[in-house]
Amino acid sequence: MADSDATMAVHEPGLRHHFDDSAQQLDSSTLGMWVFLVTEVMFFGGMFGAYTVYRSMYPEAFASTSHFMNVTIGAINTGVLIFSSFTMVMAVRSAQLGQKKAIIAFLVLTLILGCVFLTLKYVEYHEKWVDHHIPGPGFQYQDPRYVHQAQILFFLYFAMTGMHALHMIVGVGLLTTLIVMAARNRFTAAWYTPVEMIGLYWHFVDIVWIFLFPLLYLIGHTK
Amino acid sequence: MSTILPSAKTETRPNYLNVDYGWKSWLFTTDHKRIALLYLFSITAFFFVGGAFAVCMRLNLLTPEGLFAHDTYNKLFTMHGIIMVFFFLVPSIPATLGNFLVPIMVGARDLAFPRINLLSWYLYIIGGVIALTAIVQGGVDTGWTFYAPFSSTYSNTHVILTALGVFVAGFSSILTGLNFIVTIHTMRAPGMTWSRLPLFVWGHYATSLIQVLGTPVIAITLVLLGLERILHAGIFDPAVGGDPVLFQHLFWFYSHPAVYIMILPGMAVISEVVTCFSRKAIFGYTFVAISSIAIAVLGFLVWGHHLFVAGQSMYASMVFSFLSFMVAVPSAIKVFNWTATMYKGSVSYETPMLYAFGFIGLFTIGGLTGLFLATMAIDVHVTDTYFVIAHFHYVMVGGMVMAYLGGIHFWFPKISGRMYPEGWAKFAALVVFVGFNLTFFPQFILGYQGMPRRYAHYPPEFQVLNVMSTAGASILAVGYLIPMIYLAWAWRKGPKAPQNPWNAKGLEWEQSPTPPPTFNFEHQPVVTEPAYNYSGEEQEVELG
Repeated sequence: MADSDATMAVHEPGLRHHFDDSAQQLDSSTLGMWVFLVTEVMFFGGMFGAYTVYRSMYPEAFASTSHFMNVTIGAINTGVLIFSSFTMVMAVRSAQLGQKKAIIAFLVLTLILGCVFLTLKYVEYHEKWVDHHIPGPGFQYQDPRYVHQAQILFFLYFAMTGMHALHMIVGVGLLTTLIVMAARNRFTAAWYTPVEMIGLYWHFVDIVWIFLFPLLYLIGHTK
Repeated sequence: MSTILPSAKTETRPNYLNVDYGWKSWLFTTDHKRIALLYLFSITAFFFVGGAFAVCMRLNLLTPEGLFAHDTYNKLFTMHGIIMVFFFLVPSIPATLGNFLVPIMVGARDLAFPRINLLSWYLYIIGGVIALTAIVQGGVDTGWTFYAPFSSTYSNTHVILTALGVFVAGFSSILTGLNFIVTIHTMRAPGMTWSRLPLFVWGHYATSLIQVLGTPVIAITLVLLGLERILHAGIFDPAVGGDPVLFQHLFWFYSHPAVYIMILPGMAVISEVVTCFSRKAIFGYTFVAISSIAIAVLGFLVWGHHLFVAGQSMYASMVFSFLSFMVAVPSAIKVFNWTATMYKGSVSYETPMLYAFGFIGLFTIGGLTGLFLATMAIDVHVTDTYFVIAHFHYVMVGGMVMAYLGGIHFWFPKISGRMYPEGWAKFAALVVFVGFNLTFFPQFILGYQGMPRRYAHYPPEFQVLNVMSTAGASILAVGYLIPMIYLAWAWRKGPKAPQNPWNAKGLEWEQSPTPPPTFNFEHQPVVTEPAYNYSGEEQEVELG
């Protein structure tokens, strides 16, 4: 008992009672986050698998749909997300150095970029709505040969980008929490685990988009 | 009842049960042992709900004409399957015994993420309530497999609500797996090397890998299914260009590995019980440990054997058939090693050991008939017959539920601090064994003779075997009720358990008080010997 009391008595910031020391806690958090990201890879993997199957079944139909994708907005959003990954890295870097103002500045920048992405995504969804490209009874497609097959592509488009956008929204919520925590001086150079973990999450969500953009927008576009 | 004198309490040390009694101390607890008990009570409730559906099915099959309308029967077998698979079998051992024991066995004060552990229980309950709501609203009739396009387009029952319940409960399973993986990697006590980990922990590590890698795929599959149903747009419906076989691939990519979620923890329990009651170290520790991982890995590569008659390419089927045979190798290694452990051991016949015997025999039958089903030509004959039903009930009920009951008895003194009545327990184990075999062995014959699964009616010549099966089911039900009664009694009134009633090896018996205090150990546990060192001389274990 005396042993464990002694360990607990040393107050390390953010250390929870069931861990021996901060190093063990950081190991656990990091591994836990990576395992969580593995589950996310499998989650999106199911949809990428379905995409692969249908693309190989209906290559012409899938190629024809890319003419209705807004490549300009997609490309801008790709740039926005890559830049937001950079600002997220800078936020983690600032946390390592214990620079509170810089943490908040970079987190806010990341948050703004995330919101820019979501706004542009909304514009795109609205275009699809206007063009009757939402799967369902109201779906219309210009090329009568591919009505059903194109609907599957748009189904996957909305499922994949929708799930991605949902992850972005969660990310925006997490960034807001981080900003509040940073403003309350919760992070020090010795303990900034949440910034690092949510950074990992943010990069993961960005990488998903890096795969979505070419698959949904670019393949077959020049034809 | 006379008043209890204060002196009677002098011996009680603070433990996880008596630190606090308020309802808040249970519903907001982050103690893995209390969460294990929350799970224990909730999955027991779901077990009886699922069991009630089974009772209705067996009553229906008592006569060739049946009792219920066809639509009702479709709902009965669907809800039996969904409740038993997703709300009982998947969480059964990992979320109760695993939750209670994994941290203690590795020498940690709690799981790595105690609040996530509590969250997983709440997700389980939310998912369960959603599924129960769907049942109360009128149920679902797709079969537990949710096959499209019936589920996505044609069924007029509560598919989306049920799928949502399964989806939410899936995240509870993912979080449990994540917690175990991290705990086993980062929270082991000094001296607890990977090669000294109890096989219980190895089994749960393998289970966790499947939970983490497989469950997200069923989650997204159910999302796609729900979207198709809501939007009325085809993705799995062949009428509009979709591919229903893709649904089956995605579904079984999780659900075949998931049957290993439903057996590996059972094997983990049996490894502990067999070595303890043989008073002998496990035969071939490394092989048993690695075979768990091998089952988890190979288990991800065999899902196609559910699609032999679904229009899957013949060449794919051949590969899946071969890989399915491969899974038999690590499974057989376990069975051989358990028997070799007993060979020349000092075997005694306490209740947990009786369940272990039952497990080994019944799992072997269930496993070997699995090989029949992995053989493409035989599978064509017995696909969707009672042969399949009997096969997987031998593994799931004869295997997993036996192991679960064995484990509950083995660790009951640890969990409750009391002993259960050995005579009643042995009697119940016997009743369960007899009832189980009478229920499911006739189903092998029925299936081989061609009785299809999921039908409310059957030709009169199958009646004798069906009556035997129903009679067995009633015996089995009694066998499950008896432990409920005496365990509830023993929890209050049973004789106090010593710290290590079985003289078993392992941190949970040797270095943690019974019942354990909130942080599991009074001193930092240190491991100085290999696992299951039953034959070794008494080691100098510091108990202070």
